[in-house]
Amino acid sequence: MKTLARMIAAGSIAAATLGLVALPVAAQDYPTRNITMIIPFAAGGPTDVIARIVASDMSKTLGQQIVIENVVGAGGTTAAGRAAKAAPDGYTLIMGHMGTHAASVALYPKLAYNPETDFEPVMLAAGTPILILARKDFEPKDLKEFVAYLKANEAKVNQAHAGIGAVSHVTCELLNSVLGIKPTGVPFNGTGPAMNALVGGQVDYMCDQIVNAVPQINGGTIKSYAIATPERNPSLPDLPTTLEAGLPAYQVSAWNAIFAPKGTPAPILAKLNAAAAKALDDENVRKRLLDLGSDIPKAEGRTRQALAALVKSDVARWKSVLKPTN
Amino acid sequence: MGDLFSNLGLGFGVVFQFVQWTPSFLGGMSIPIPVNILLCLIGALVGTLVGVLPGIGTIATVAMLLPITFGLPPVGALIMLAGIYYGAQYGGSTTSILVNIPGEAGSVVTALDGFQMAKQGRAGPALAIAAIGSFFAGCVATVLIAVLGAPLTKLALAFGPAEYFSLMVLGLIFAVVLAKGSVLKAIAMIVFGLLLSMVGSDIETGASRMSFNIPELADGLGFATVAMGLFGFAEIIRNLDAGGEGDRELVQQKVTGLMPTRQDLKDSAPAILRGTVLGSILGILPGGGAVIASFAAYTLEKKLAKNPKRFGRGAIEGVAAPESANNAAAQTSFIPLLTLGIPPNAVMALMVGAMTIHGIVPGPQVMQKQPELVWGMIASMWIGNLMLLIINLPLVGIWVRLLRVPYRLMFPSIVIFCCIGIYSVNNAPVDVVLAGVFGLVGYWLIKHDFEPAPLLLGMVLGPLMEENLRRALLISRGDGTVFFTRPLSASLMAISAFLLVLAILPSLRKKRDEVFVESET
Repeated sequence: MKTLARMIAAGSIAAATLGLVALPVAAQDYPTRNITMIIPFAAGGPTDVIARIVASDMSKTLGQQIVIENVVGAGGTTAAGRAAKAAPDGYTLIMGHMGTHAASVALYPKLAYNPETDFEPVMLAAGTPILILARKDFEPKDLKEFVAYLKANEAKVNQAHAGIGAVSHVTCELLNSVLGIKPTGVPFNGTGPAMNALVGGQVDYMCDQIVNAVPQINGGTIKSYAIATPERNPSLPDLPTTLEAGLPAYQVSAWNAIFAPKGTPAPILAKLNAAAAKALDDENVRKRLLDLGSDIPKAEGRTRQALAALVKSDVARWKSVLKPTN
Repeated sequence: MGDLFSNLGLGFGVVFQFVQWTPSFLGGMSIPIPVNILLCLIGALVGTLVGVLPGIGTIATVAMLLPITFGLPPVGALIMLAGIYYGAQYGGSTTSILVNIPGEAGSVVTALDGFQMAKQGRAGPALAIAAIGSFFAGCVATVLIAVLGAPLTKLALAFGPAEYFSLMVLGLIFAVVLAKGSVLKAIAMIVFGLLLSMVGSDIETGASRMSFNIPELADGLGFATVAMGLFGFAEIIRNLDAGGEGDRELVQQKVTGLMPTRQDLKDSAPAILRGTVLGSILGILPGGGAVIASFAAYTLEKKLAKNPKRFGRGAIEGVAAPESANNAAAQTSFIPLLTLGIPPNAVMALMVGAMTIHGIVPGPQVMQKQPELVWGMIASMWIGNLMLLIINLPLVGIWVRLLRVPYRLMFPSIVIFCCIGIYSVNNAPVDVVLAGVFGLVGYWLIKHDFEPAPLLLGMVLGPLMEENLRRALLISRGDGTVFFTRPLSASLMAISAFLLVLAILPSLRKKRDEVFVESET
């Protein structure tokens, strides 16, 4: 027993010394080893794809590989909780998104982290615009008719979503609150089954990210009324924006942004921000992101302050949209 | 018809594509490399390995390997990922048969009769028939995808929440048949399984249920975790028990013949055929296709058998049918992806991710816009199945020899592999602890003659049943008659009711006794 205690003591002294040695790593040398970027969703999803495209270019700039780690569970909050507790040394980052770093505050009463105070914003990466979708034989012909139809048939319509907290759920809650209606929400396990139900005509409408919807719209299996961005999207040039079609209050995009744990040194954050900005200016990166239908933030949206402001305003927005319904 | 052949020709052309490789050390000489064939082989091998290793599921593997495929051409990447998916269905039966530990969810029922066959020294024929059945099912399902892919898509679309619920009710009634002992105990196990499936988040409100504030339980209990515990760990504890040692020696001593006999083949042929048909149909439906298909195929065989008492005691049909069914289902589950661009399950969703990375987002026009991709994949499935047969048949001898390893050496490695596998699913230590707990529960259950298979079926059916019931009622605004007014749903309910009446009517009691209750051992 004595030896065990001695071993533990010796171990902790060793650890403390190592810690002391490891602490004063100069920020100007950063990065000296691989950086881990946590993705709060499964590989292959919209956030994952965007993260991989941006991270591979950032790796080139930083001279160190950014390793992607997919941590799934509890709507991405497991991953964000882990990232918040990681060492603030710039070697653990997270590609947070609208759900994990804004809507989660309203959705999970016992959230293990605070998106505003437990993270250092690095930079807004690409976002995925949201479309208003409906089954192909749904009566309304355009957005104006759709709005009128929903208001008149509030009790009749069915809205699909991919589960509580999913992008398709929270963004449609926003639409419903803008319209002042409370339709029946039908939850599905993921976007695939929800889309299947919309194509099969079992539900009337849903809101979803552009990536999943474009091929179905082009294939004529579903239809879309509008895109909830200020400008039209090159992948669907004929689709009007909510601004044009008469619902300017509905503006939403599933944004993705890089965050570091609170306390990460400012010079490191600046370096990461510069690398990410450079990635978004790269021709190849831009092309791949635009192919996915993503919107790329312009210069004024790329500062750390801009991201902090976005998180702040979005947390407040989702609190007011989601609280009354739950 | 001519179209079909030209399309298949295109597909095989893609699979047999040679890429000229000009390495510098050969001084300008170039070697033609059949890249897609090689990727298909790699996929099949990795899939077999994943299937054999208990706990490590296809979803985790495909997710881990996804980033590697980003550097590959899209067709090759998808051929490889598809190979992993159906390869795992081949490999999954191996540990089920040898050590009663299902490597994959779809192989749980294979363990029922497969392990009994191994105990009787017939591990070889069991493994061989699993590979042969899988190959046959794979070939049929591939043809089905090519010929009937588009029309079958309509079935997937016609299946709304109400139809799903009715199908699950039918499944639940079938579940009772799984048991070889007391019906009451089987029902108790199903209900326990349904209860376990309730752990997690409520689908409609997102509220936590029965998760005791453990964050890892917020997403529910993993099927692999529970299966590993109830089958794997419980089996090991039982073997280490005083009485179990004799069993093990039995397995080691009596290994007779590696290949199935003529009689075995004759017995399994109809089972393979029925399993294939059932699996092909259930695979198209989004959801837990392969798992439900294997359970359904097993129960169908037991129902049709002249002497159902043989089941659970080493009937070769009990291995042939579910193995054919899960492989057929694994193949036909590609249909919604290839014709509609909608992923029916988590593995397919990852494949969509792989396509997205390459800038191809599959949709209803994927067959017209990406014919090389679609037909290349279909052609590769047939070749992949052939490869798997060739890989798996010679392996039978090696696997059977593994049984001769003394158990005191074997069980620690099984435990370690199980733990690694369970941990790798979610990178959650809690899962390993839970599997241990379920091991103890499973041991208690074995000691009291409860069978774990109906419990696992309850766990698979539970969420599908609950979610679809609630969806159907949400859409109908609480009107329960939807289950009887929609024609497809009504027919499924009618079949369920018929089976129930068959079981309850006193005049048919004798018949029911034959079907459901078999004397205790």
